[in-house]
Amino acid sequence: MPALTSIVTDPLSDNNPITVQMLGICSALAVTAQLNTAVTMSVAVIAVLVCSNSIISLLRNKIPPKIRMIVQMVVIASLVIIVDQVLKAYAFEVSKSMSVFVGLIITNCIVMGRAEAFAMSNPPKEAALDGLGNGLGYSAVLLIVGFLRELLGAGTVFGLQVLPESYPGNGLMVIAPGAFVIIGLLIWMQRTITKKFEEA
Amino acid sequence: MGYYIDIFVRAIFVENMILAYFLGMCSFLALSKKVDTAFGLGMAVVFVLGITCPLNNIIYTTLLKDSTLVEGVDLSFLNFLCFIAVIASTVQLVEMLLDRFFPPLYNSLGIFLPLITVNCSILGGSLFMVERDYTLGESTAYGLGSGMGFFLAIIALAGIRTKLRYSNIPPGLRGLGITFILTGLMALGFQCFSSVSLQVP
Repeated sequence: MPALTSIVTDPLSDNNPITVQMLGICSALAVTAQLNTAVTMSVAVIAVLVCSNSIISLLRNKIPPKIRMIVQMVVIASLVIIVDQVLKAYAFEVSKSMSVFVGLIITNCIVMGRAEAFAMSNPPKEAALDGLGNGLGYSAVLLIVGFLRELLGAGTVFGLQVLPESYPGNGLMVIAPGAFVIIGLLIWMQRTITKKFEEA
Repeated sequence: MGYYIDIFVRAIFVENMILAYFLGMCSFLALSKKVDTAFGLGMAVVFVLGITCPLNNIIYTTLLKDSTLVEGVDLSFLNFLCFIAVIASTVQLVEMLLDRFFPPLYNSLGIFLPLITVNCSILGGSLFMVERDYTLGESTAYGLGSGMGFFLAIIALAGIRTKLRYSNIPPGLRGLGITFILTGLMALGFQCFSSVSLQVP
């Protein structure tokens, strides 16, 4: 049984869900054109991850192994519906600009992957912490990418002008290719620092 | 007819699932090392998207939409749950049908079919269909088109990665890093399609 603190801190860098485990990349890129949506998405994913991990961990001895995927799917989908309704009620503008990506938390591999890999075989407390850690690791990447894309793309941070007005804005950062390249470079940086290389 | 072809072509090139909306990235990155596996996954995605998109459209318009089932009751918040259930059961059904009637195709798709349930591009297709208010015909064209878009992108990336095996990449960039940058460059290439429209004005 790993120590409780390491369950939370491990996924932040050494075992980061996006850059190392290769989970949940889909939504990570789509919502990072602005910091605003990136923050909302992070909060939503952390909430869903912590709740789904604890619920599935509580149910882990009751779920018949044959239909465990469906049970996990239903738990996750219901939680995402709640998050979506809350967002629509309290942050309508943001939820509008995130369009389908809130719904896509259901198929976000992190949620499913952690439920399958960790929550199914660990008690609720550890599972909740694991959800928190992975959610934070995911958010860290999201915030870095979101910050860079908004800063370089529009010269703003959270919608406030940071770079001088004369900064023309780099349109490449706002569209899809910029996101891919930034995350590629981020992975390069992280692997160079941690010296964990992959044979390709 | 031209209208449906336009939706189909736009879904492949302009609104490409992977290169423009980042959907289905996980399996896209994990299974693009060889052209064979990429081909299998691509086919499976075309197949399942082409079926689930119109199916979810029927379910959405007849059951979930505002005031269709019961007057004054809006069930559309249930769409995530319904769509994912439809997708999971369709995948299961398709798997059984293929196993029974088309064993060669079943063998070539192999393990990719069950994986498709959690592929974001399938659910994404259905959600986009709802968001854009597509009709049944439009959503069929859209489903097939976005499946083809995924197919095209994953085959292209697999081809590039096969060639890449003999090149000398900085160690930190090997594997995931270079794949991301490659995808970025591909997305940049696809940007040039962004004003394509087949519709006669």
